[in-house]
Amino acid sequence: MIPISFTLNGSRVAVEVDAADRLLDTLRYQLALTGTKEGCGEGECGACTVYLDGLPVDACLVPTYQVRGRRVDTIESLDPVALEPFERCGATQCGACTPGVVMTAWWIRGHGELLRTHTIRELMAGNLCRCTGYDGIVDAVKDALGDDGRETGDG
Amino acid sequence: MNVLLPADVPAALDLLASDPAVVPIAGGTDLLVHWPVRVEAHERTYLDLSPLDALKPFSWTADDLVLGALTTYWDVIRDPRIGEAFPLLVDAARQVGAIQIQARGTWAGNIVNASPAADGVPVLMAYDAVVVLESRRGREEVPLDRFYSGYKQMQRRPDQLVVAIRIPRRRYAFQVFEKVGARRAQAIAKVGLAITHSAAGWRVVAASVAPTIRRCLAVERLLETGPAPRSADDLLPTIAQDAAPIDDIRSSASYRTQVMARLLFHDLRQRWGRPA
Amino acid sequence: MRRLEALAKLTGREQYVDDLPLDGFLWGMTVRSPAPRGRITAIRFAPDVDWSQFVVVDHQDIPGPNVVALIEQDQPVLAASWVRHVHEPVLLLAHPSRDAVRRAARAIEVVVAPDPPALDFRAAPRPEQIQYGSDNVLKRLKIEKGEVERALARAPVIVAGTYATGAQEHVYLETQGMIAYLDEGVLVVKGSMQCPYYVLTALQHALARDASHVRVLQTPTGGGFGGKEEFPSHIALHAALLALKGGRPVKLIYDRGEDMAATTKRHPALIRHRTGLTRDGRLLAQDIEVVIDGGAYVTLSPVVLSRAIIHAAGPYACDHVRITGRAMFTNAVPFGAFRGFGAPQTQFAGERHMDVIARTLGIDAVELRRTNLLRDGQTTATGQVIRDGTDRLAVLERALELSGYRTKEREHAAFNATHQTERRGIGLATFYHGAGFTGGGELTLKSQLRVAGLPDGRVEVLSASIEMGQGTLTVFTELAAARLGFAAADVTIAAADTARVPNSGPTVASRTTMIVGGLVERACDDLRRRLGLDDSARGAAVQQAIRRWHGEHPGATLCGEAAYEKPPGIEWDDKTYRGDAYGAFGWAAYVAEVEVDLRTCASRVLDFVAVQEVGKVLNPTLARGQVQGGVVQGIGWALMEECKWRDGAMVNNQLTNYLIPTADDVPPVRVAFLENPYPHGAGGAKGLGELPIDGPGPAIVNAVARATGADPRAIPLTAERLMELMERDPDLVHA
Repeated sequence: MIPISFTLNGSRVAVEVDAADRLLDTLRYQLALTGTKEGCGEGECGACTVYLDGLPVDACLVPTYQVRGRRVDTIESLDPVALEPFERCGATQCGACTPGVVMTAWWIRGHGELLRTHTIRELMAGNLCRCTGYDGIVDAVKDALGDDGRETGDG
Repeated sequence: MNVLLPADVPAALDLLASDPAVVPIAGGTDLLVHWPVRVEAHERTYLDLSPLDALKPFSWTADDLVLGALTTYWDVIRDPRIGEAFPLLVDAARQVGAIQIQARGTWAGNIVNASPAADGVPVLMAYDAVVVLESRRGREEVPLDRFYSGYKQMQRRPDQLVVAIRIPRRRYAFQVFEKVGARRAQAIAKVGLAITHSAAGWRVVAASVAPTIRRCLAVERLLETGPAPRSADDLLPTIAQDAAPIDDIRSSASYRTQVMARLLFHDLRQRWGRPA
Repeated sequence: MRRLEALAKLTGREQYVDDLPLDGFLWGMTVRSPAPRGRITAIRFAPDVDWSQFVVVDHQDIPGPNVVALIEQDQPVLAASWVRHVHEPVLLLAHPSRDAVRRAARAIEVVVAPDPPALDFRAAPRPEQIQYGSDNVLKRLKIEKGEVERALARAPVIVAGTYATGAQEHVYLETQGMIAYLDEGVLVVKGSMQCPYYVLTALQHALARDASHVRVLQTPTGGGFGGKEEFPSHIALHAALLALKGGRPVKLIYDRGEDMAATTKRHPALIRHRTGLTRDGRLLAQDIEVVIDGGAYVTLSPVVLSRAIIHAAGPYACDHVRITGRAMFTNAVPFGAFRGFGAPQTQFAGERHMDVIARTLGIDAVELRRTNLLRDGQTTATGQVIRDGTDRLAVLERALELSGYRTKEREHAAFNATHQTERRGIGLATFYHGAGFTGGGELTLKSQLRVAGLPDGRVEVLSASIEMGQGTLTVFTELAAARLGFAAADVTIAAADTARVPNSGPTVASRTTMIVGGLVERACDDLRRRLGLDDSARGAAVQQAIRRWHGEHPGATLCGEAAYEKPPGIEWDDKTYRGDAYGAFGWAAYVAEVEVDLRTCASRVLDFVAVQEVGKVLNPTLARGQVQGGVVQGIGWALMEECKWRDGAMVNNQLTNYLIPTADDVPPVRVAFLENPYPHGAGGAKGLGELPIDGPGPAIVNAVARATGADPRAIPLTAERLMELMERDPDLVHA
């Protein structure tokens, strides 16, 4: 076992992990943060999206030992009140993809400058949703971005 | 399983030298796919490169752009200067998975994963990138177009670590990257093509049509000398010298050949036999 | 009203089955058949594993009949001596460590002496492949109206065509999963499911337990689309058997690879049309043959076939119709329920065939549909008189208008003339979908529902209809609140727990809002009557009466009840397949605009307009979301979702190789509703959930056909398939 510590949702945590542990499993089964979901285990669906040092990553592809000393933020860290546009626009249906979708969407919201080069749809392409057809999600991101939501990207 | 956590690059090189079976790991986006059920992969020993700051940044020299071994796709996408000088790097990076993969996946990892369907390797090869390897025995540079010797076979000794990728700075008169997947985003290439033209000549690099990413030398020769093909089908005999596509669960050999011919024909319509 | 559970889902607080805290449990795992057909000759346990550390279950551990109870009792819980398909469950394992149980499953070899499998449902089986009846036909059905042969013989024009659709994987984002444990002698099974009472019945049957010793609870279900209709009974039984033998709670969660390889898919289908017409395109006779691949057990194939043939003739008037249907036995993993339930397959064929007819006759595809769309008073293939007052032509006109259909036709002509490697086209589909169970199905179900008045004056809706993203919780809350004049906060929805809720039927067939929602309304009325109030009593008056009642009856239960009653005038004969197949149909016209890259033959949907009439729209955001999601699922089925098979096994059982659309692959889906309230549906609503998957396939393929001149007859229309078609056609321009 490898003892590691890292910053999780703003607090320092110390855990012992096996070298084979994925961050996804450590979060879900060791730290009881079950908001992060497993959809595919191959970095395709994005249901396990968390932030590693501020960037969205698939927690199923991160060996837990790699987060030692780093910053990890999960869906549990977000402010529920600010998620109102997602509720209003129909961004969630069954909810299984939703925490991952919200994590990516929230990251886009904090980086409005990305829409100068990217479309919301391109930035959301790493999060598969089988219920909404994506319109509710894209609408919510635009709404949450306010004036920054106007896309000028090349997509 | 076991993981080795070196403090710096020399320590990593020592560990690599001491055990030829050790597998370096950077972003993990290839190694951890389906990880829980790949129990045989759990028996190996891994060498974690991720905290080695010396491998992280990319840098510019008078002649080259040098990507560190830990430079990610996202590092490249968000850098306007790279976008100016090497736009195909950005084009390709944007088509590697999505942000979650781009944030973790490294260019060096793409090279050593040696997938015939890689997205990063074709554009690097079309820019004449050079793989910089280091071991306790010293430094070695291998041009990327000579790096692969067969399916998943590379000119890298087990004690060597890819520490950087050197890309010569040139003026390009023409450059294009085409990736054909079964959907627009997040798809493995059914055909990939990176084409550049500079004073060094034409480079045509194809993905998913051979056991490795490879330069298409016959197509390059035809481009240098002409004559211009009158149809995509005219290119088929030349392509047959360069590519050996197969049928697999993602596509068919005939589709891959046809698409390669059509992309080459249409992308290069005006350019056969013209100087840079 | 906003989705009731939205915030819980958005914040990750919603707990799905794999998120529930569970102490001292074992991880379960299924050991499966490696072969599509044969006799199990040995099961070899590797000697280097300490098997005493594992719970091992085989067919001999099943207390009751070794059968997963469904339509026919032919599918075993665990294969005993024969296997009929790849991945058929043979053994179950459990262990405290998930990693250990995964490794152990690989250390078991199921040895099968192979027999020749039947793997192509389209080909007549050879004698050695016969495994069901005398001809491997699981079910035959027939609809006959008028005299088809005579009408065809007299028809001025006959247009024939053969169409094919492929299997489709549900890709609900939450994979299948169950937990099972004993609680003071009661077997408790919790998990992801659409039909708690199906699971209950299956558990009671195979485990030989009476209803008081089994309890099934649905956990928040991360997508179903039919994939969690019949299949969860299997995994529930497996988890239960392990828990009973191991004496500890068991959690059985499929990973994506196992889920895709071993669970149901949409039935592949082959459909032949022979259509007699006047020269100006009026339908005179429709002769349609439908064949579907049922897979290795009967499961739901007979009812899928039923819905398939009933929808096969399309929303058109035609006096002479014959539709024959066959569900074939094959040694494929059984195909199962999937949104649309057979109708998407036959309506792909029918609506593609309409365009083939239009092209053959040289008439406009829109005109052809205008000519033939059902008018009020005309009859469907089963002889059902359509008299709902919906203007089906207006649905079509709205779709044409909203999509700019005629303008785009002109623009595309100009675009195609000036572009070398891109082609654009626009395509249309007009279609319908029957809501609720087919024929007498709702009468057989006899759904029940209760609305309880709570001591604090609020009410609780008790039903077995579950939330899987489609909005049951929200819509039931709205319906009860509206009926009683309550605030939404004064309505709660009981968890779908068979120990508490009555059987309101399965959450399938676009029936939940329309039919079960109607029971919510009537149970509210019944509650008022029990309080001595008439139907005009609302809000505070009802709440006061509830509180007063509890004051007078301390500790007692106050419940309004409702049971399904057939709407007046609905008659169905299951023997002749004549009559009113459904209480109501949703009607729709969808338009797709596509661009084809002639270099790669990849098709991309540029614009999609979905217009439908589904009665009163109760919740616009939820309804729009259902349509948009269904359309995108349909775009995937039309263009990219392809199951690749080898020896009866799906070989692309990963999300990297079975591709569903990403946000970047689809355009915004523009949705419009025409509203014609349905008097027998809750709040005037008709069923909606399935309708949207029927239209995208044909609309998109019709658009690709018009863009390229190719004549595709099968989906998924992958780039490879389109290129092959275009190469074969010497008249077509290609890059």
